[in-house]
Amino acid sequence: MKPAPLDYAAPTSLAEAVTLLADPDRDVMVIAGGQSLMPMLNMRLARPELLVDLGRVPGLDYIREDGDWLAIGAMTTKRAVEESAVVRDRQPLLHAATCHVGHPQIRNRGTVGGSLAQADPAAEYPAVAVATGAEVRVAGPDGERTIPAAEFFVTYLTTALAPGEVVVELRIPALGSDTGWAFVELARRHGDFAIVGAAVTVDLDAGGAYGDVRIVLFGVGPTPLWAEAAESALRGRPPGADLHAEAAETVRAAIEDPLGDVHATAEYRRHLAGVLVGRALTEAVTRARAARGE
Amino acid sequence: MSDSLHVQLTVNGTAREAHVEARTTLADLLREHLGLTGTHIGCEHGVCGVCTVLVDGRATRSCLMLAVQADGAEITTVEGLAEPGGLHPIQEAFAEEHGLQCGFCTPGFLLAIHELLEADPDPAEDTIRDVLGGQICRCTGYQSILRSVHAAAAKMRATRAADAHA
Repeated sequence: MKPAPLDYAAPTSLAEAVTLLADPDRDVMVIAGGQSLMPMLNMRLARPELLVDLGRVPGLDYIREDGDWLAIGAMTTKRAVEESAVVRDRQPLLHAATCHVGHPQIRNRGTVGGSLAQADPAAEYPAVAVATGAEVRVAGPDGERTIPAAEFFVTYLTTALAPGEVVVELRIPALGSDTGWAFVELARRHGDFAIVGAAVTVDLDAGGAYGDVRIVLFGVGPTPLWAEAAESALRGRPPGADLHAEAAETVRAAIEDPLGDVHATAEYRRHLAGVLVGRALTEAVTRARAARGE
Repeated sequence: MSDSLHVQLTVNGTAREAHVEARTTLADLLREHLGLTGTHIGCEHGVCGVCTVLVDGRATRSCLMLAVQADGAEITTVEGLAEPGGLHPIQEAFAEEHGLQCGFCTPGFLLAIHELLEADPDPAEDTIRDVLGGQICRCTGYQSILRSVHAAAAKMRATRAADAHA
């Protein structure tokens, strides 16, 4: 199908974009790379009166090192993230996740800000943002503010963005040099949205037991699921198959109402979440040990 | 609703312009306004890849981009791969290795593979599969397309080596 008739604006400054977005009398949507919105427009699941294209707003396409953080502009494409040596070196979890987003043909257009604002429950970027303790910088009629990723994703396709606000930057902490990480997902075909996935980071303490651990799942509920109960049960204990099986069970118990659909039943998703967490922990521990020369 | 936006872009090396509605996709601009029907349209939601063209050198779903977003861009379609009557090495390889049967999906494959081989003359198998995964073919079973990519890469490497000696 084709999009319904719409008006189009291509502002050349962020201020102009925010003014257009904040119009209370019109149904306005933002288009960034369009890799999620264009299908919705073509299928007429979305019928905005006005489309505001961020593609001509300068200064939103960058990857910068900022001390222990990376700052990535909202209009930076997934392909630029994938090809960035800085991201590969300092935030390898984000690099790995990026390679799971669609295909190169999609990553050439799809943007960092677009994935965050879309907040698809099966998408990779929201999970990585929560797992790494990232922040989303947004601009709106009242100026700029920064929202922790864990508070940004509210429910299915819904974020903490207020009317008139737009994502301008992802601020993501660099991973520590001794931090192990893993990004695993199962999809019917590589490049499809995941049925379930997990993003994990692991720091081991001096004795080789679990120190700081972060476990975030996606595809199991309306937003990325931060499995805090499983994390605290791991801390202070040495990694091993029995402990990981226990963590898998804790994760399964934390999933309240997994989605059941044509791709997978709710019970299959719950089961799979445990399997993937076990694999991710094993992989992350292997990386953490390797980083310490073990 | 505005229905006559002016778009100027370069298509296959030639400056072109058109008046389009805001909702017109790049795919429809190419086919309906510029008469370049080599770019096919399949699913119109970004899944099948048949409408893939190069936008500023990058393989892009032309059904997932508005024509107005392409204002000022350089577009390459299947018509621009070789001179009229000739074949690009990727097209030759598809013919020789049976990389197509009905041919409906082929333009999209050719452009996606073109981006890959321009950037990486000898891509790893996984890299090729990542690109081919974004294009659907319902005839070949993909193995002959995979062989076509390897054959095309070899042809292009040979051409580059010959050019370097010249």
